[in-house]
Amino acid sequence: MHQCIYPIMTYFRGVWCIMEKLVPAKDRLLKSNKNWLDGELRGKILVILCAVIMISATISITIFLGTKGLQSFIKNGVSLIEFITSTQWNPTNQAKPEYGALPFIFGSFAVTFLAAIVAAPLGIGGAIFMTEIAPSWGKKILQPVIELLVGIPSVVYGFIGLTVLVPFIREQVGGLGFSLLSGTIVLSIMILPTVTTIATDAMSSLSKNLREGSYALGATRWQTIRKVLIPAALPTLLTAIVLGMARAFGEALAVQMVIGNVRDIPTSILDASATLTTIITLNMGHTTYGSVENNTLWSMGLILLIMSFAFILLIRYLSSRRKM
Amino acid sequence: MNSKTADRIATGVFIAIAIIIISILVGLFSYILVNGLKHISLDFLTTPSSNVRAGGGIRDQLFNSFYILFITMLIALPLGIGGGIYMAEYAKPGKITDIVRSCIEVLASLPSIVIGMFGLLMFVNLTGWGYTILGGALALTVFNLPVIVRVSEDAIRAVPSDLKEASLALGITKWHTIKTVLLPSAFPTILTGAILAAGRVFGEAAALLFTAGLSTPRLDYANWNPFSSQSPLNIFRPAETLAVHIWSVNTQGLIPDVEDVSNGSAAVLVLSVLVFNLLARWIGSMIHKKVTASK
Repeated sequence: MHQCIYPIMTYFRGVWCIMEKLVPAKDRLLKSNKNWLDGELRGKILVILCAVIMISATISITIFLGTKGLQSFIKNGVSLIEFITSTQWNPTNQAKPEYGALPFIFGSFAVTFLAAIVAAPLGIGGAIFMTEIAPSWGKKILQPVIELLVGIPSVVYGFIGLTVLVPFIREQVGGLGFSLLSGTIVLSIMILPTVTTIATDAMSSLSKNLREGSYALGATRWQTIRKVLIPAALPTLLTAIVLGMARAFGEALAVQMVIGNVRDIPTSILDASATLTTIITLNMGHTTYGSVENNTLWSMGLILLIMSFAFILLIRYLSSRRKM
Repeated sequence: MNSKTADRIATGVFIAIAIIIISILVGLFSYILVNGLKHISLDFLTTPSSNVRAGGGIRDQLFNSFYILFITMLIALPLGIGGGIYMAEYAKPGKITDIVRSCIEVLASLPSIVIGMFGLLMFVNLTGWGYTILGGALALTVFNLPVIVRVSEDAIRAVPSDLKEASLALGITKWHTIKTVLLPSAFPTILTGAILAAGRVFGEAAALLFTAGLSTPRLDYANWNPFSSQSPLNIFRPAETLAVHIWSVNTQGLIPDVEDVSNGSAAVLVLSVLVFNLLARWIGSMIHKKVTASK
């Protein structure tokens, strides 16, 4: 079967056979056992090596970013309390530099939660549409739509946000246009496919008995969805939202292009703001490597790393609840 | 009666949500294509970009994008498939496997900017290479590896166990079975997954900002010596990719025709990703037809 499909592989196998025939039969038979063992061992070592590389990549990312991120507190003497709680960010002030990252931490969380609030109903609603309302044609239309949305690169989202959304908000809603609202809208569209895909899996993996039992009791479709299906799928639906939030929290360029990048805590969603990722993107390039300001950027990177661990733990907790 | 009205309203809401999602996509795509296609010309694709004047193209950026993608895949595919084989065939349930699985999960959920920062630390500063294609490709490998591992693990697990057992029953060793039975059968699925992953890598920018840099030296396309600093094939030169280019002209560019250049680049980027997706589907279905002899 494979010969006709994989001519290249067959070719290599052919070359291999010819090479094998060059060795006299006696040698081949006498040594074959050892040769097999060699190949076997070599394969195993090769494959284990790949796994080891993966583990070491993860561990070295954690260690490198951990030590680099802690340097600003240990070596440069920036106070951790000030870093997390102060709203004053003036690293370039010669006389009295201040390193309060609270505006950026706040911005990151605000934009993440707002995006989740917008994307969760849309995503879960889309999933329910695909699985409950129109399982036959709805899925055929919406599934490719979701896959195409995943494929659009994040800079393109940012660029469209910059050229369409920002002027629109400036003229129709008010403010500068560069705002928390723009960031929220761009991010919620970006995380929509993540939420929808996982929510669809969750809804379609529910047992048919649940649906039929509920309909047999005379419940309408909406009652079935609300009282039976959503509660049953709740842990996975929450996982979908958390995964979306994890993606929103770490997204950099698209947000950076629309959010305005100011160093104050926003007072309304029409105010410009900044997030941890945007400040890293903007300043990493033109601060001197090893300077205090540069080191505080690495500390913000460490916060991103810690948050992505936190999201994983949250997802683990949710999936352990699902199993019970 | 009341619950029936509620049911109808709910159905309407769900249909509205579906329509919203579809119109978002249609809106995005028509905006990108309508505004972008009129800027795409042979001239746009083959002239180098300009930092100050209008009328620059994207020749170098386009080449860099494909070249970095190629190098990334060259590193990530063997590693990822090896990892997938390990997870599917060699890993025994237990502590170590759990650790490997957690590592994959962590890698997969890292924000791309964090991977970019790690790349800056490791492949730019520690090695002393500066901004290089190789550094960018290695950062993208970290970003891409979990996807390929997962795809190949699933593909190998999905091979019917009859095939594997028959091979083992014939006295063929495990590694030889993997090489000659499991991998060829899993190949179509791995290929499809790899092409989809390639689309993701192609559009990635945040991980490349601090690893491959924001500039491209003057390239001489007639120079094929990979060790010459002007050669496009040199992997130790900085390289701005298409996605990074869109970001940089919009945030720190000086050229007067920012919007034209970024519209055109965005359309090229989206079309390329679209081609990757269609290619993956087409290859997947074609091989599926050949293997199963069904329509």
